[in-house]
Amino acid sequence: MDFIYSHLLSVILFFPVLAAMILLFLPKDEVKLIRWTALITSLVPFVLTLVLWSRFDANGGAAFQFEENYVWYAAINSNFHIGVDGISLSMVLLTTLLTPLAILASFGITDKVKAYMMLFLFLEMGMLGVFMAMDLLIFFVFWEIGLVPMYFLINQWGSKNRDYASLKFMIYTMGGSLGLLLAIQLLGVLFGTYEISTIVAGWNDITGGTLMGMEAATVKTVAFWAFVVAFAIKVPVWPFHTWLPDAHTEAPTAGSMILAGVLLKLGAYGFIRLVLPLYPAESAHFAGWLAFLAVMAIVFGAFGAYGQDDFKRLVAYSSVNHMGFVLLGIAAAAKAYGTTNAHIAMNGAILQMFNHGLSAAGMFFLVGVIYERTHTRDLRRFGGLFPLIPVYGGIMIFTSMASLGLPGLNGFVSEFLVVRGAWSQLSGFTAAGMIGLLFTGAYILKGIKNVLHGPLNEEWAHGEHKLTDINTREIVVMVPLMALMLSLGIAPAWLLGVINNAVTALF
Amino acid sequence: MTFPILSVIIFTPLVAALIILMMPAERKTEIRMAALLSAIFALALSFWVYLSYDQAAAGYQFVEKYNWLPQFGISLHLGVDGISTPLVLLTGVVMFTGVIISWGIDDRPREFFAFLFILASGVFGVFVALDLFMLFFFYEIAVFPMYLLIAIWGWVKTREYAAMKLTLYLFIGSVIALIGALAMYFNSGMGTFDMLMLETANFSARFQQIWFLPVFMGFAVLGGIFPFHNWSPDGHVAAPTAVSMFHAGVLMKLGAFAALRVGIMLLPLGAKFWSPLILALATVNVVYGAFIAMTQTDLKYMIGFSSVSHMGLVMLGFATLTRDGMTGASVQMFSHGAMTALFFAATGMVYDRAHTRQIPELGGMAKALPYVAVTFIIGGLVSMGMPGFSGFVAEFPIFMGVWQVKPWIAILSALSIVITAAYIMLAIRRTFFGEMPAEFEGHIGPISVMDKVALTLLSAMMITLGVFPGVMVPMVQTGIDNVLRILGGA
Repeated sequence: MDFIYSHLLSVILFFPVLAAMILLFLPKDEVKLIRWTALITSLVPFVLTLVLWSRFDANGGAAFQFEENYVWYAAINSNFHIGVDGISLSMVLLTTLLTPLAILASFGITDKVKAYMMLFLFLEMGMLGVFMAMDLLIFFVFWEIGLVPMYFLINQWGSKNRDYASLKFMIYTMGGSLGLLLAIQLLGVLFGTYEISTIVAGWNDITGGTLMGMEAATVKTVAFWAFVVAFAIKVPVWPFHTWLPDAHTEAPTAGSMILAGVLLKLGAYGFIRLVLPLYPAESAHFAGWLAFLAVMAIVFGAFGAYGQDDFKRLVAYSSVNHMGFVLLGIAAAAKAYGTTNAHIAMNGAILQMFNHGLSAAGMFFLVGVIYERTHTRDLRRFGGLFPLIPVYGGIMIFTSMASLGLPGLNGFVSEFLVVRGAWSQLSGFTAAGMIGLLFTGAYILKGIKNVLHGPLNEEWAHGEHKLTDINTREIVVMVPLMALMLSLGIAPAWLLGVINNAVTALF
Repeated sequence: MTFPILSVIIFTPLVAALIILMMPAERKTEIRMAALLSAIFALALSFWVYLSYDQAAAGYQFVEKYNWLPQFGISLHLGVDGISTPLVLLTGVVMFTGVIISWGIDDRPREFFAFLFILASGVFGVFVALDLFMLFFFYEIAVFPMYLLIAIWGWVKTREYAAMKLTLYLFIGSVIALIGALAMYFNSGMGTFDMLMLETANFSARFQQIWFLPVFMGFAVLGGIFPFHNWSPDGHVAAPTAVSMFHAGVLMKLGAFAALRVGIMLLPLGAKFWSPLILALATVNVVYGAFIAMTQTDLKYMIGFSSVSHMGLVMLGFATLTRDGMTGASVQMFSHGAMTALFFAATGMVYDRAHTRQIPELGGMAKALPYVAVTFIIGGLVSMGMPGFSGFVAEFPIFMGVWQVKPWIAILSALSIVITAAYIMLAIRRTFFGEMPAEFEGHIGPISVMDKVALTLLSAMMITLGVFPGVMVPMVQTGIDNVLRILGGA
């Protein structure tokens, strides 16, 4: 036990790999055994994260805790250095919570179950690594590793247009991280280390003169945009979002849950962990632009969602819309760096990340539940299903309301904090974003209306396509998500307290 | 006297080749067993060398020196440093995997294995030679059997053309380099071909500037440098599987390695003078090679051009003349060697069963050949420079080195990463996934245990190096530090 306690983070990080190795040696026809092994082993990191949470000292402790540092690549002075602060801790919790749920949601998968589960576990490792990394190269390593399992999950278990969508996802993200890679190399060459804290300090000390034969200010601006584009594609920020609806629509249900629930957060996390600390001046200078992009994401994301007839695409565009608020909060924090407003906006942005993780995963799962039964996602073919599937209907309305930002549920708290923090800095943009919120309401109600209300499509009421209500396994997936949505809506303090301490230390 | 391990490594394949040639041609199983045993022996010895190389002591180790033609200052002087030790191991691995992949060759296996082993012997020789004459000697030994292997056992359609083209290119290259070597021999006035002594010859700056280019480019032809690369994809395609593995896996490394050993280490001032040109040519390799690879429909041509692109990274790293860049380039030689051997092995297994390498005609192979698919994907990830695999560990320092000399070249050549990702992913998808064409249904048999051993060994090496760079990089660095000392001291 001592070993586990003293290496808590690396155990959480690498346990999924160990689990994948166990799966590798299970006979591939024993589908049930594979599913349950995957589920149970994926619960281990979650339980350990709860231990981590309970041992984390949010008040007065060091910003980063549970640090571990080993030499990894001595030749270029990169160390395997991991640790968590309040921000990463909440993201680690989100990841280890959503992965078992996604695996449970995948019990319906019958094709190549072993490979599927193994890829999910590898994906979990990749995401956790990004949130824990304190070394820039390690950050990048895990950043890229996550791509591979996601590509194959979409490409192998996706729906009809999966080849196109998976390649687009891959090329978009790799193209985006090219600039990031180059900028990381530049930083590594300049400072001879990849330790994030050292680089941040050194980089901010460079205020004038020349770098690589060019003016330092120019180099910094270029590097700033290289970082921004890489993360903006992942978030995704308008106009870099076009891969997302395709990837989401084609991905298997659990893939979408993780994609929306955690992978998008990697981009926002990059902004918070790297862009703002590395480029406070540039971020403040370009905050207006970032806010503009955020508002465009909010408004166009909402419009885009409203225009869809495909249920899953509707939810996919809603991610663009909701992640816009995250970016708005980040932009406000960049502009007001070091003030209370910045702290409020940043708290809101991070809470919004967590909340969106819950509601988007929930919504995608609900889309999957109905798709599994009807084999269509066309909203025009649904309608009036509430009497047929009352439990599903209730759960869907609850989750939609959380996504909408109904007071009392989680979305309200975070969006309120973002708006509250952003208002004094970026009033015009914030106002425009608020109007965008109106359209959020519109598309969510459209979703509810087209599925649950209105005239019933008789096809689903009788015969071989008779719709059955959500089953116990599916309810088990939703219960933790709904419980968190409710508890964060009523009493967000347990999470915000942890986040806030990290935010005030960082900004 | 200590055990002369390096000469045993060199002569094991040669002796094995002679023994095999003396066996009766129709006893194919015995021939194969003899080949396998000697390959295992050579692999074990090269692994032993790798493990017992003393990194703290650095420098040349396991040194042996025998007079050969003392009148002309030629000796059989052997030794390995941090750069060549991994390459010796690589050769051992490729030789071993090449033999077990070729287990099924039924057309004159006796001659095939004999020629393959002569080739291997030459390759080992180049990597461990510390005498300029011996280096050329082994170099030619390595090139000559290539002609026969391709012309006799190659792909019927292009084998004569490709074998001729390859041989002419390489001979011309090596003759030009040889002239440079002779110039060094006479200009130094030391009357020796010993490279360790020539390193101290203090050639004039002007001499070095004149002779660097012929020497470096002469060898770099074999490394596939632009614009002298186009023998290589033709050669890859025409060669039988094991020969392609040797060819791309280790033979191209001979070129890069000799260019470093003879070009950069003996003529450091010339290297400094010409490095911008080499950087520019290598950048073309990297980017143009990737683009051309993308347009290929033949799986083997695609891998061939991707080798051009990846070998460009090796040249790029060497041409930076920085510690990071050269370290990365040396690791890239190892990583690319394992990767491309794996690629050609996997492609060969698909071709043997489907009888086509046209990517559009293939599909769904993962169902029939899951093991091949998984290892091909691992190779693909290495090729893309995905973190966690050896390609990343190698390419990252190369780019860091390039940043230190020409930032815009780093930016330009990084484009190749995305292009590589695109064509590799497309090739994987079209070959291994999707619908299997009806004519293949039921005709794609499983691979043998031998094949699995080869694929597993190569994949395991790439993953180990990718996850734990410490198993190789510090060793390589001791060799690079020696190069830097020469570059700095000259």
